[in-house]
Amino acid sequence: MGRGKFVERVLFFLALSSIGSLALITFFIFLEGLPLILHTGLKDFVASSHWAPTKGHFGILAMIVSSILVTLGAMVLGVPLGLAGAITLAEFSPERLKRILKPTLELLAGIPSVVYGFLGVIWLVPLIRIYLGGPGLSLLAGSLILGIMILPTVISISIDALTAVPQLYREGSIALGATRWQTVRRVVLPAASSGIITAIILGMGRAVGETMAVIMVAGNALKLPTSVLAPVRTLTSNIALELGYAAGRHREALFATGIVLFVIIMILNLSATLITRRR
Amino acid sequence: MRLDPRITQTLAKALLWTLTGFTLLILIFIIVDISIKGLPHVTAAFLFQEPHDMGRAGGIFSTIVSTAYITLLAILLASPLGVGTAIYLTEYTREGWATRIIRFGAECLAGVPSIILGLFGFVLFVMKLGLGWSVLSGGLTLAIMVLPIIIRTSEEAIKAVPQDYRTACYSLGMSQWQTITRIVLPAALPGITTGIMLSVGRSLGETAVLLFTAGAAPRTPATLFDSGRTMAVHFYILAREGISMPNAYATAAILMISILLINLAAYTLMQRLMKRYS
Repeated sequence: MGRGKFVERVLFFLALSSIGSLALITFFIFLEGLPLILHTGLKDFVASSHWAPTKGHFGILAMIVSSILVTLGAMVLGVPLGLAGAITLAEFSPERLKRILKPTLELLAGIPSVVYGFLGVIWLVPLIRIYLGGPGLSLLAGSLILGIMILPTVISISIDALTAVPQLYREGSIALGATRWQTVRRVVLPAASSGIITAIILGMGRAVGETMAVIMVAGNALKLPTSVLAPVRTLTSNIALELGYAAGRHREALFATGIVLFVIIMILNLSATLITRRR
Repeated sequence: MRLDPRITQTLAKALLWTLTGFTLLILIFIIVDISIKGLPHVTAAFLFQEPHDMGRAGGIFSTIVSTAYITLLAILLASPLGVGTAIYLTEYTREGWATRIIRFGAECLAGVPSIILGLFGFVLFVMKLGLGWSVLSGGLTLAIMVLPIIIRTSEEAIKAVPQDYRTACYSLGMSQWQTITRIVLPAALPGITTGIMLSVGRSLGETAVLLFTAGAAPRTPATLFDSGRTMAVHFYILAREGISMPNAYATAAILMISILLINLAAYTLMQRLMKRYS
């Protein structure tokens, strides 16, 4: 075997590290969690909201519902704000301003999630408690914080999608007498739609998977939420709150919660990949 | 009634700029609030003293050391894997099923939430391999977390090196490996460094992964097998258990400012590289 061939082999093995890690992660999460799902039955696991792990009740319905609601709430804030930011920067701001603002907004991504959670507890939770009632630690607080946290994802991927639309499209539309805004709304946005949808899906993935900030602001109550002011516990919070002391079946149940989360995230990621590829 | 398109445009622009301004305000608010309340407590003593009384008193020195160990370990493990993957993808193979699978793996790995990585690191490294809550378990798990970042940025950086460089090397009779190690990698180095810096930034802020792999012992770890509490985990514990607000703010300020500076430097470096070759 020549030196070149040898190097190529070695590099190939290094290159398998990412897919290999993914396979290992999948394997171990299922290895630890699947026995419990089989033991409890999938239906009792995902369709019951009775979670009393020390007494043998492992129903995570309330957490699934909470995760979905918190994520949807995050989208309500994050998508319009994020899209507005992306459109402003890509279409309506001078090149120089864009070059400063884009990296600045992307800096939001670097702020650790515990810092978002902390500021949520200090500022947002008291505001909700005083002006809207309830304990403050709530579905609403979780949604608002997550909505802010997904902004960098939504903004930066949408900007890339908008920038990828050929300049000719814009020129054609302007030449026909359309205003910049009409061009954006009728020509650029439809052309960039698959990229923007990808941005939104990846934002959702971030929101579903976020843990620390949600634990800090969402209240972690084990009930199906009855209002936006009710405290909720998401799938991620459930794992993080109990993993430290869980053992036996209880620990398995947390890995089983992880399986559900993992499957949701993979579906979101796969659809994002498929949409991007079709473009 | 239809509005004049020019009026609609003015209204739309006003709305877009208001919303963008709001986003910027949130960012500024976060940075200013943490800095104003945190920085006054950041003193030499705070940086270089061990935490006492659960973090109520003393400083954060041991958490800085733990953070440095764990981050360094993660980078040392992930860099060769990530850069190797990038070289393989860009220099050694045509687009085909192999590259597609590798890219797919990296993309999916980037989307795996940190709590899942925490679960994985906990079961494999902490339990099955018996490494316990340790700097080693934490570093190994973080390496997996930052791998996709290093792959993506290194690939971009290597692709940005002009094809002419390679052609010139081959015409001088250099082998492919010589071309890569002597010409392509040095030219791509700023971009690869960017990836590593972004990974450091990501590692500094990570909490969920480390809580379950590196543990939360507030002592300075003496070996790879000791538990180590990083700055982010320390901050989380201070804030969540309401141990000390001033110390929480001060830790957050150090954490946030170092991450922002690292990311800013990484960004500037990448811009410079892209400008040189475009």
